[in-house]
This record gives sequence, C-alpha cells and structure tokens, in this order.
Amino acid sequence: MDWQGQKLAEQIMQVLLSVFAVVSFVAGYVLGSFQMMMLVYAVGVTLTALITVPNWPFFNRHPLNWLDPSEAEKQPKPQVAVSSKKKSTKK
Amino acid sequence: MHSFGYRLNGLLTFALTILALMCVITSLSDNFNTPSPSADIKITNINWFQKQPQGHDEVSLTMNVSADLQSLFTWNTKQVFIFVAAEYETPKNSLNQVSLWDAIIPAKEHAKFWIHTSNKYRFVDQGNNLRGKKFNLTMHWHVMPKTGKMSADKIVLTGYSLPEEYR
Repeated sequence: MDWQGQKLAEQIMQVLLSVFAVVSFVAGYVLGSFQMMMLVYAVGVTLTALITVPNWPFFNRHPLNWLDPSEAEKQPKPQVAVSSKKKSTKK
Repeated sequence: MHSFGYRLNGLLTFALTILALMCVITSLSDNFNTPSPSADIKITNINWFQKQPQGHDEVSLTMNVSADLQSLFTWNTKQVFIFVAAEYETPKNSLNQVSLWDAIIPAKEHAKFWIHTSNKYRFVDQGNNLRGKKFNLTMHWHVMPKTGKMSADKIVLTGYSLPEEYR
C-alpha cells in the first residue's frame, strides 16, 4: 500500500465503523432487539475489515518509485550530521 | 497503517471502543422508560402457626400472588428478579424482613402472572413475636439489564396480620 492508500484505508475504516454503529443502534432500538443491534454491528465490522485491511490494488494507485540501486549509486550521498542509522521497512 | 497487522489492530480497537460507547447509550436509553407496575397479594390460608423446638415462632401460609410487571421490560432487559417479603417490627428489631417467595421473570410475556402458592422459604421469627402481629407484604423487584446498571424498586402492601394464638 502507498501513503495515499494508507490514508484512504484509515478514513474508510473510521467512516464505515461509525456509520455501522449508528445504523445498528437505530435498528436495534426500533426493533426492540439487542441481539439485532449486535448482529448488524458484527456484520459491519467484518465488512469493514474485508474492505480496509487487505492490500487491495485500489490502495496502490500512487505508487512510490524507488530509484534502482545502480542509479542510486551515481547520485551524491546526503551529508549525515549525526552518525545514527534508522531502518524503515516498507511492506 | 502500513501493514496488514497494523490495520487489523487499528480496526479492532476502534470497533471495540465504539461498541463500548453503544452499550453506554443503550444503558442510558433505559431512562426513557417510565414503568407502571402493579401487584396484589392475598393470603388465602394460614396453614399452621407453631413455636419451634428452639423457641422461635414459625408460620406457614398460602397466598395468591398476582402482578403485572410488563412495563418494567425494555429492549435492554435480560430478566427481572422478584421476591415477596414479610416486613414487621419487633421490640428487638425495628425492621424484620423475611423473604417468602421469589421468581425470575425471563421475558415480558411472563411478567403478567397469577400464582397460588405456599411460602417457598420458611417464615421464622427471631423470637416469639408473631402472635397477633401486623405485617406488610412487600413485592421487591430487581431489573437486570443486558448492559448497564441494575435497578430495584418495590410495592408495599399493608394490612396483613397473624392469628392471636398458635394453631
């Protein structure tokens, strides 16, 4: 997933869960059934998980183009002020 | 949010927090319910009235208990626990409360009922004070919600009394 995709995934997750919370509460209150509220909410959580958690292609529409290592060697290296290295892994 | 595990964790945490909020609102929605319960108890017979070997008075009675507690039930009610207690005063204790009968009502349909029964639990006094004693029969109930705080209330029925002599 790229950066834009991560932001999109988080937004979709928050919106969907909030909407399902409201919908399930209203459904349960109107029907007078606590079980209905829990059921609708459980379905909502599962649906949201299926949409936002796996690495779908539409989350990767702005991919980052990392430089090829052979190209990177030819570029000037940045000056490091403090000698400390940080590793970041991208999946 | 840059790995499967991170997103799953974030989603589940958010979902659980929202679930807790929903339960709070559900519990608060119970305050919109104004209950109007009613109950009546008739003592049909004093079966026997003895002084026990240890010296305490005991009485066995049969009663008709009828009640309509349907208005206590909301969508957030799991069950209602009711019990009938005999309440009276003695020189030793300002309040004696003896539970005679109880029941669990699991659903609204069962909340309007009529039952003819002898006392489920023994009506024993701490002493010999029951001859000619005037007492109240109180129906207590505890409303147990599916989520939230339990509430309790009662109806006091006055005017009952025991015989002057053992029989």
